[in-house]
Amino acid sequence: TLRLICTTTTAVQKKNVGASGPEKYTEAFIKKQIEEFNLGKRHLANMMGEDPETFTQEDIDRAIAYLFPSGLFDEQARPVMKHPNEVFPEQRKIQWGEDGRPFNFLFYTGKQSYYSLMHETYEKLLNVQKHQDQLIAQDLPLQKEKRNLAGSRWLTKIELEEMLLEKVSDDDYSRFIQLLQKLVALPCADIEEKYIQKFSKEVPVQLQKVVIEPLQYDERGVAFSTGEGKRKTARATAVVYDNGTGKITVNGIDILHYFPVLQDREQLLFPFQFLGRIGKHDTVCTVSGGGRSAQAGAMRLATAKALRSFVTEKEVEFMRQAGLLTVDPRVKERKKPGQEGPRRKFTWKKR
Amino acid sequence: QLERGCALHTAHRDGLSSVSSQDVPERPRAVFHTSESDPAKHTEQHEGRLYNIPLEEVNAVFPHGLPQRFQQQIRTFNEARVMVRKPALELLAYLKGSNLTHPAVRYVIYGERGTGKTMTLCHVVHYCSRQGWLVLHIPDAHLWVKNCKELLQSSYNKDRLDQPLQASVWLKNFKTSNERFLQEIKTQKKYMWGKRESTEEGRPLMEVVEQGLARVRSASDAVGVLLKELKQQSHRGSFRLLVAVDGVNALWGQTTLRKEDKSPVSPEELTLVHNLRKMVKNDWSGGAIVTTLSQTGSLFKPSSAYTPQELLGKEGFDALDPFVPIPVPNYSAKEFESCYGYYLERRWLQHEKARTEDGKAELQFLSGSNPRQLDRLAGPL
Repeated sequence: TLRLICTTTTAVQKKNVGASGPEKYTEAFIKKQIEEFNLGKRHLANMMGEDPETFTQEDIDRAIAYLFPSGLFDEQARPVMKHPNEVFPEQRKIQWGEDGRPFNFLFYTGKQSYYSLMHETYEKLLNVQKHQDQLIAQDLPLQKEKRNLAGSRWLTKIELEEMLLEKVSDDDYSRFIQLLQKLVALPCADIEEKYIQKFSKEVPVQLQKVVIEPLQYDERGVAFSTGEGKRKTARATAVVYDNGTGKITVNGIDILHYFPVLQDREQLLFPFQFLGRIGKHDTVCTVSGGGRSAQAGAMRLATAKALRSFVTEKEVEFMRQAGLLTVDPRVKERKKPGQEGPRRKFTWKKR
Repeated sequence: QLERGCALHTAHRDGLSSVSSQDVPERPRAVFHTSESDPAKHTEQHEGRLYNIPLEEVNAVFPHGLPQRFQQQIRTFNEARVMVRKPALELLAYLKGSNLTHPAVRYVIYGERGTGKTMTLCHVVHYCSRQGWLVLHIPDAHLWVKNCKELLQSSYNKDRLDQPLQASVWLKNFKTSNERFLQEIKTQKKYMWGKRESTEEGRPLMEVVEQGLARVRSASDAVGVLLKELKQQSHRGSFRLLVAVDGVNALWGQTTLRKEDKSPVSPEELTLVHNLRKMVKNDWSGGAIVTTLSQTGSLFKPSSAYTPQELLGKEGFDALDPFVPIPVPNYSAKEFESCYGYYLERRWLQHEKARTEDGKAELQFLSGSNPRQLDRLAGPL
């Protein structure tokens, strides 16, 4: 009996080792997960009192957030209920049949999906060249529609790996991209447009183009503009008026009294000095939170943002490069357990 | 006017570079200086300009009155230049037009920190000393209510406490500033200092002062006697008396001193303060009382307080009421220009950028046109 147990256990172990390589989750396992997910979806819909037939993923998310409220900061750490296809990563199914013969003819190259992709792409290339030759033979004008290259980009290596479900090396990736570019460069590449679109992605032309607000005019006819800024925990709003004497009021108090330290006043001076408009604008600000230095930094950002409306685009670009328009991302680092502070460790005692 | 000033500036600087660094007063100075060194003749047109006080006069008139930083500036620049400003002109006008037979009018100079209250007071003191008044100048009343090492029980009145050190220091300075008056004025009563010494009636007040300096123990009493005599004799008209107190809010605030049994001392218990309070009351005629409020030395008062009500407290306000308030603001644009021009001319601002228009705008912004801030800013430049 002892020997029997030993053999069975070793056999089980061996099977597990073999399974963890190519297939972590069997197909049957995933099918079961999908069934459970659907059942759970219907249960959840019943619990929330909604119709099980029309229960979408958004409703599921809302329901889970309601039933399991979590105070964790990381979104990915919170409880989530999703379709198993999104949860379990896609895997390669077993590439060979029962007789041991692989399905794909390129299996023994090692990178079967990559080479098959290259093969397909080259086939398309040859197709296009043939079509081109035909058109030239018939003396027809070659169609030339410029593809919008500026608004699209090729897939990244990681995205390609996800698509092919196998590792792609840098070299292979660059060869593939070169081939695609060669294909696109040909004049009659429009025929294979659909195929090419599989490998290109849209890039938004101007990421977050910041809109500069126009100047507003108050009752007296004086132009003014507002801006907001923050630094650490301080939040500031500034209203910059035109035709002023260079006075700045903070929360109803003059800056000489609010910021007795020279350094803070220098921070406030910086946007005006950079643009050369020291004595020209009046400013009224409100600021709260943070300490004295944080409030000064927040106000600097707010005045710089407000001054954008008064100034040409080129100067706005100068300001951006000078760093006047960027939010300072530095905040207080969290203290870690086992250490005295965020970086400081406890005193090391030899014994 | 500005361009003219700047042109004169450059011409002046070129002239300076060729000649040695010692300044000759007869050379035409730039727009912001004035050669009028008698405060009596200062009028509206001199506003914003700096006038020179000869150094011997400075030592004679202000042995102890000028602010610390200004004294350092005098030593650096080798001359004393005071700016003529509107509050000072106002005060001078009042003083010129005041009727000396009426009870003494009280003027309280107040303003935020570092706006030039003490300098205004010194301007007025200079004027009065030029006019021949007897000047009773207490540089800082706060010095009498804090940081006192020795407290003696007064021999005159058992409840009160003496401060021999402060009293003797003040007597010494008073002597230098008002020598000739002390010879002329005579005592009207006999005073006993302890068991053996006494001052007869009809002796010049100088002897009282000498007594106070010689016998430090009775210095505070000497001060008290002095004040009493001056008050009694001023209405006769033989001399005009100016009582100039800097930091008058110290007389009614709290003290940091403690008696030997660790109980706090209130200002009335100090002889010096008690006598000074009597002086500041307007029950005498033949002169004027000019005082300043000062937050910098004051005790237990928030730093943003600058109005008379806040700094004097109810007691002080009632005691000083009625008074003529004289607010002192920050530099106006013109005054700022002249101060900046003066620093430039004296090569105090060494930084290249300080000479440009931008530098000037920067200085004005950062200092907020506050004289003290401008002074501190210009220091390292």
